[in-house]
Amino acid sequence: MKFAVVVFPGSNCDHDAYHAVKHVLGQDAEFVWHKDASLRGADVVLLPGGFSYGDYLRTGAIARFSPIMREVTRFAAGGGPVIGICNGFQVLLECGLLPGAMLRNRSVQFQCEFVHVRVEQVDTPFTAACVPGQVLRIPIAHGEGNYYAEPDVLTALEANRQVIFRYTTASGDVTEAANPNGSLNNIAGICNTQRNVVGLMPHPERACELAVGSRDGLVVLESVVKSVSSAGGALAGSPQ
Amino acid sequence: MRVRVYVTLKPSVFDPQGRTVTEALHSIGHDAVRDVRQGKYFELDVAAGTAAEASRIASAAADTLLANPVIESYRIDVDDPAAVGPGAAR
Repeated sequence: MKFAVVVFPGSNCDHDAYHAVKHVLGQDAEFVWHKDASLRGADVVLLPGGFSYGDYLRTGAIARFSPIMREVTRFAAGGGPVIGICNGFQVLLECGLLPGAMLRNRSVQFQCEFVHVRVEQVDTPFTAACVPGQVLRIPIAHGEGNYYAEPDVLTALEANRQVIFRYTTASGDVTEAANPNGSLNNIAGICNTQRNVVGLMPHPERACELAVGSRDGLVVLESVVKSVSSAGGALAGSPQ
Repeated sequence: MRVRVYVTLKPSVFDPQGRTVTEALHSIGHDAVRDVRQGKYFELDVAAGTAAEASRIASAAADTLLANPVIESYRIDVDDPAAVGPGAAR
């Protein structure tokens, strides 16, 4: 199974993602430059964290116009699994593959710390190997992760079960204190209505080995391997 | 033609930076400042024959890139050379 790790100018978690996929998970991974026009037959697309285009204008605002995003959009439309982590999530919001937007953290500070997130739904390619309600201890590292959506959009997200990860306490309780950035409804990650595109602010790829403090994030990557394998490649989003 | 684009967060959207600036102003004695909303300001040099055309081009730029319609709104001012001096009413 092959993961395409998209590299924008300013991506800095691309190597973390590549390492987690290739060396921890033992799957094939390939870097794809943002100016490329092909995803090289990948089964999974990963938009990594970082500071694409230096976060100029707004986070992800300029990266969304990179040539590779046309292919990512086409891949997603065909049902292919796409995950955006941190800045990758911000890019997915800016390009409209996911609803909502990011505001500056409530604290107005860049926050880099371990948090707990609860897996809300397991019927996405990136949570299929999770247990419902499972709490993952994984890190965040962002200045603009304060998720916002207009009230009707937020209502629809909840009604459609599109909230996939929520900030909670270690025991899985949704509290204000467990919300690191002010996100509405403690939202840490969401999916699209087709459920094949997932974005989250925390970094599962940075928590795949005990040597770095947690391996709770590995299940996110294992999930997509399980999903794509059991679908016999039917998830792969190559256009008809 | 010079076009000024002002991008601000929608009134319904919380502005953490504006709040922080407000608190900083209060801490140095500017208590009369009740609230601050922080935004972005762009000056565009647009190749356009008329103010209306310049405005249309700047709007398209704001809609697609300069502003995020989920959280921001914008206002456009065109510095129309034709509007200065005699005949400005045209």
